[in-house]
Amino acid sequence: MKKTIPFLAIEGRSSGYYMLLAILATFILASLGAFYYMEHHGHYVTGMSNQIVWGMPHVFAVFLIVAASGILNVASISSAFNKKAYKPLARLSALAAVALLAGGLMILVLDLGRPERLVIAMTYYNLKSIFAWNMLLYNGFFAIVIVYLWTMMQRNLGKYTRVAGTAAFLWRLALTTGTGSIFGFLVARQGYDAAIMAPMFVIMSFSFGLAIYILVLMASYNWTERPLGDAIFNRLKNLLGVFVAAVLYFVAVYHLTNLYEAQHHDFEMFILRDGGIYTQLFWLGQVLIGGVIPLIIFYTPALAKSRGLVGFGALLVILGGLAQVYGIIIGGQAFPMTIFPGKEVIETTFADGAIASYVPTLAETLLGLGGFAVALFLIAFCVKIMQFLPASLADKDVDPHYKAS
Amino acid sequence: MTQPVNNKETTTDIYRRQFLGKTAAAAGLALAPGMILTEVAHARSADQPASDKNRWGLLINTNKCGTGCTACVSACQTENGWGEINKSEPHSKASQKAVWIRKVKLKDKLTGHVQSLPLMCQHCEHPPCVDVCPTGASMKRKDGIVLVDKHICIGCRYCMMACPYKARSFIHEALENQKVHAPRGKGTVESCTMCVHRVDTDGTPACVEACNAEGHQAMYFGDLKDSNSAISVELRNNGGQQLRQDLALNTGVRYQGL
Ligand code: SF4
Ligand code: SF4
Repeated sequence: MKKTIPFLAIEGRSSGYYMLLAILATFILASLGAFYYMEHHGHYVTGMSNQIVWGMPHVFAVFLIVAASGILNVASISSAFNKKAYKPLARLSALAAVALLAGGLMILVLDLGRPERLVIAMTYYNLKSIFAWNMLLYNGFFAIVIVYLWTMMQRNLGKYTRVAGTAAFLWRLALTTGTGSIFGFLVARQGYDAAIMAPMFVIMSFSFGLAIYILVLMASYNWTERPLGDAIFNRLKNLLGVFVAAVLYFVAVYHLTNLYEAQHHDFEMFILRDGGIYTQLFWLGQVLIGGVIPLIIFYTPALAKSRGLVGFGALLVILGGLAQVYGIIIGGQAFPMTIFPGKEVIETTFADGAIASYVPTLAETLLGLGGFAVALFLIAFCVKIMQFLPASLADKDVDPHYKAS
Repeated sequence: MTQPVNNKETTTDIYRRQFLGKTAAAAGLALAPGMILTEVAHARSADQPASDKNRWGLLINTNKCGTGCTACVSACQTENGWGEINKSEPHSKASQKAVWIRKVKLKDKLTGHVQSLPLMCQHCEHPPCVDVCPTGASMKRKDGIVLVDKHICIGCRYCMMACPYKARSFIHEALENQKVHAPRGKGTVESCTMCVHRVDTDGTPACVEACNAEGHQAMYFGDLKDSNSAISVELRNNGGQQLRQDLALNTGVRYQGL
């Protein structure tokens, strides 16, 4: 048996480390300030309205929740599918999953009209509601992943890791499907009325989660000057490429099937051609920035050699992902619902038949960014107090047989 | 039809009786004008719980609905304390203010036929808003009226995402001077209650009353489960369509002439 790589807490004494924590704390404070401002005045200070009822906070929250389940994928590959090479990466993956979910849920809760009634949400369950099911799924996810982490970190529990990891893997599939179904249940809205929504969310989660994972890994190994070899790095990079391509494929299938269905035709024209900002977000944000450019970087050997460029590609995947979620959430609401088929609305006091406008305010965006900051702060803090990161991910330690190609 | 709430001889009552007379005649029932119909199932005191013996509904005849008339909207605002005339949401932008009922003018894409109608919560039998609500704040009473319990609503707005008719509003700021029978609160969601406080005391929704008072008589209110009620008779004789029938929500509000 080859020697196992020790996990070591990072030292976390450098000024750079404290600077990082300070920056993240600033974002967190800003988001709490934004929350207080919105809650104190009421949602009239936001860009949200009775037409666009879910705004920027939901974009960030859904992105983070989706990414949370996806980032666990790395651990799942190691535990549930028993791939040795991923073993050293599993702890960070599970930690990040918990952290991202916490960040996303914080946003969701702070954007409620009545956040102080959270206890009600926890005690009055309407079991028919997919939203209530999601709350159960989120809580269960925390519990299972923490147990899973525990089995990994406690030496004598190692024999349970496989079981816990498999449970976590199945749970996370349910969780992402649940998140996707939140939209799938909104049958009256043309953008959401598609069965492909749930599997599309699963593959989106793979892609967004892995992109964040790669960046977190690069940052922690760069800043702590621990070696991160090509064996691991290229493996992750190639996997991300596959996921990004798969997302593009699902998106194409989604839009093509919609185009063939007469009742969705108008919605497609809106997103693909006439939707202004939503059309731009789709083609430029989601497809080009979040899909095509990263794929070119990952699969052009000359470009993929540069760690910096690959990291940039991962960042683009995240930005494209945010654009995609924005298009789904905001675009789906902006497009008018058909209440009167065959009729044109010529007068209304409630914007029937008209494309709703939405301009996110700074406060909403800060609240959303705060969710990211909470997640990253938790990760940065935990890797210092506990042993999450392997001392080395150099090729010789990870896979002695690895040969650079 | 329903019995007037008050005994005062108001114009509304007179109109209602005339209306009753006409409806009854249309239904082929020999009724003397002015005679008050009392539905047995409706006769219960306010403290009795809503019963599944009733299903309250509205029927709107778009051919009678006056273009440019907003009597139903104003009546609802006065009754329930929302909207411009109450200045209840001074800070909110137009798109953020509550709308319980709105007038919509439509033009048929093929024929060019123009018509106008009031649109409000359709009090679905299978309400998507109730299905999705995580806390159960959105609820359907046994008699079919769909309401929001303002004490349980956490303001997640999922019900607004789910409603196919955009019937619900979120309150974007603190409110003052509310009606006792129609509590509203910042951070919660609200919609047409079918004037449940009136219905529970054997009354008629304010919009229907106002429409009759204007002389349009485009709205019927009544018990869909009582086959002798004016609304049931009218539906049986002349039909009535649901909006978005394809969604199979079995709405309690029906339209004629669409
Ligand atoms: S019309 Fe909308 S708010 Fe009213 S019961 Fe149906 S889904 Fe609910
Ligand atoms: S906003 Fe209130 S009534 Fe609507 S789904 Fe959320 S908790 Fe239920």
